[in-house]
Amino acid sequence: MTSVLAPLPVLLPLLGAAIALLASGQPRAQRVLSIAVLTTVLVVSVTLLLIADAEGATSVAVGGWPVPLGIVLVVDRLSALMLVVASTVALGVLVFAVGQGAADRQEDTPLSIFHPTFLVLVAGVSNAFLAGDLFNLYVGFEILLMASYVLLTLGGTAPRIRGGITYVIVSLTSSLLFLAAIGLVYAATGTVNMADLALRLAELPEGTQVLLQSMLLIAFGIKAAVFPLSAWLPDSYPTAPAPVTAVFAGLLTKVGVYAIIRTQTLLFPGGALDDLLMWAALATMVIGILGAVAQTDLRRLLSFTLVSHIGYMVFGIALGTTAGLAGAVFYVAHHIAIQTTLFLVAGLVERQGGTTSVDRLGGLARRSPLLAVLFFVPAMNLAGIPPLSGFIGKLGLLQAGVAEGSSLAMVLVAGGVVTSLLTLLAIARVWTRAFWRPPTQAPADDTAAAAAAAAGSGGGSTPDGEASPDGDGSRTPFQVAWRRHTRVAIAAEPDLPPAAARTRALRPLPVTMVAATAALAAVTVALTGLAGPLYGIADRAAEDLLDRTPYISTVLGPEEVP
Amino acid sequence: MTPTVVLPVIVGGLYAAGVYLLLDRSLTRVLLGFLLLGNATNLLVLSAGGPAGFAPILGYSEPEEMTDPLPQALILTAIVITFGVSAFVLAMIHRSWRLVHQEVVGTDEEDRRVAARSATDADELDPDDLDPEDRAAGHADSLHTPDGDDMGVDDVDLPAGTGAR
Repeated sequence: MTSVLAPLPVLLPLLGAAIALLASGQPRAQRVLSIAVLTTVLVVSVTLLLIADAEGATSVAVGGWPVPLGIVLVVDRLSALMLVVASTVALGVLVFAVGQGAADRQEDTPLSIFHPTFLVLVAGVSNAFLAGDLFNLYVGFEILLMASYVLLTLGGTAPRIRGGITYVIVSLTSSLLFLAAIGLVYAATGTVNMADLALRLAELPEGTQVLLQSMLLIAFGIKAAVFPLSAWLPDSYPTAPAPVTAVFAGLLTKVGVYAIIRTQTLLFPGGALDDLLMWAALATMVIGILGAVAQTDLRRLLSFTLVSHIGYMVFGIALGTTAGLAGAVFYVAHHIAIQTTLFLVAGLVERQGGTTSVDRLGGLARRSPLLAVLFFVPAMNLAGIPPLSGFIGKLGLLQAGVAEGSSLAMVLVAGGVVTSLLTLLAIARVWTRAFWRPPTQAPADDTAAAAAAAAGSGGGSTPDGEASPDGDGSRTPFQVAWRRHTRVAIAAEPDLPPAAARTRALRPLPVTMVAATAALAAVTVALTGLAGPLYGIADRAAEDLLDRTPYISTVLGPEEVP
Repeated sequence: MTPTVVLPVIVGGLYAAGVYLLLDRSLTRVLLGFLLLGNATNLLVLSAGGPAGFAPILGYSEPEEMTDPLPQALILTAIVITFGVSAFVLAMIHRSWRLVHQEVVGTDEEDRRVAARSATDADELDPDDLDPEDRAAGHADSLHTPDGDDMGVDDVDLPAGTGAR
């Protein structure tokens, strides 16, 4: 049963992508196909999770090659759980994107490329979760990254190209580092199968082990956006279309976290770099959230909270105890759903308010109470207000930290609490400004005037003092293009009263988009109700991870386990 | 089994040159740097396979004399991936040039704005306040105070230089 089902989360989206590409002339067929494919993947993932939770891990040797040589797919509790959460949010985001495409009447371009690419992205994510050897994990990363490059630069506008270039270069660097690490691992052990590696890496000298471990951790740390390797994320994510940012924020960093979990538990269980990870987790939490507090753009603010909350997961992994890992796994599942929902809400806010700058938004709660509820519930969940799942996840991690008892863990616990409070502060500022204050208080007229003045003067110096190669004062063309993009309609027509700029945005929100967001918000609330069973799965997954025997004996056979 | 010194030296040299180019702001150089790094990594994986031997074809040579075929398979995959990504980066560089006649890594304007804002606010306003952001005009808690002059520096989209004029 599992041997048939396990490859499907990779194969179905890939096949679907090929068919969707052939059907690029028929947007309706594309939409039906991708939704059907992702629904099937979701059903398959849930089945896999139920089987994995009831019967333990299973592995599939792809192509029938004998195990340490060929490619294996491994379904254990952790990977099955990740698959379920990933396919859930992918489906939600896809429906949102379909709604957005229908609303914008962009039925031909560039959405004809959106569906195939999105399916490829899902295939890459599934492949990374199921991969049983390091090189297949690398291939999974490359599949999802290649798709993400295309999605991030959809339409090819100037800001997207600018953000996309940063993203591509950083991702490429991390991929090359990962590939080099695989080469060194192979040179040292003669295998890339993770279960085989789990046995053989322990025989290496300690220095070699630490070198390989740190190379892998740096490569995955870049993908997971762990400080100090996180600077690329708030720069590149906010420029993409709303559904793309949402799925990136939910899934891509978590694939990195998943790889870190595997590295720290299966490959290098000694905990040699745990203290270093603890400090990285603390810095990620605190510096990330301080960045969020400073932002005025909703999407950038959410990007910084995304970075910050990665720190919680790394904290749980670095603890290295069952409780810590269980907390981390639960938190990953919770955070995928919550961060995706919030970015979708940001997309709705942009449609409704015409901007994502909280300085210019106002009165959204009165104009669109439904949108306010959709923002408020996940936002409070993110900040960890009881009884929502964010609170349960944070509580589990903090308890695990206290139970571990070292002074460093205590510092991390304190850092976690402070981060949680600062998250609440950042979220509350968005709430009071964008949603609660009366619209008249929004300083749109001020900013319009100021922006008009700035546009008129055009005499300032550029930030880095470079002279521009052509006209328009001394601004570089990139800045001009960026300004044109950010200033929306208000500054382009300085005489236009701000109210007129807003009426354009007052059209009703497309039902499909709201429904998709509401469904994902309902999932985040359901995570609270289902926290008991979910935490049970996370707990058992953590036990498996620390035990390592289930994974190794599943892949290599029971006789190989020492 | 004599280890060769040539491959590690070449790999090291390619890595050094690649990293140097990658740090440049010009995107074409970044792409060239990426290509060098990719080749360096491929050579690294190749040298991970051990000393060279005969082609790994069954019946052509004895198994002990064969080259390890797995690293070569890995390199082939990596070459294909690097090729695809390079083509994409090249397309992005071209697009960037078409759009803004510039092929350098762009500045994150919003980031500059946030940085410039906190600097000017700290100069002009009470530094004891936790959050400079909240002191700007037009917030829910500033109903009673008229919008101050700070708005002039706390406005949209201004890079550092123009913001402080």
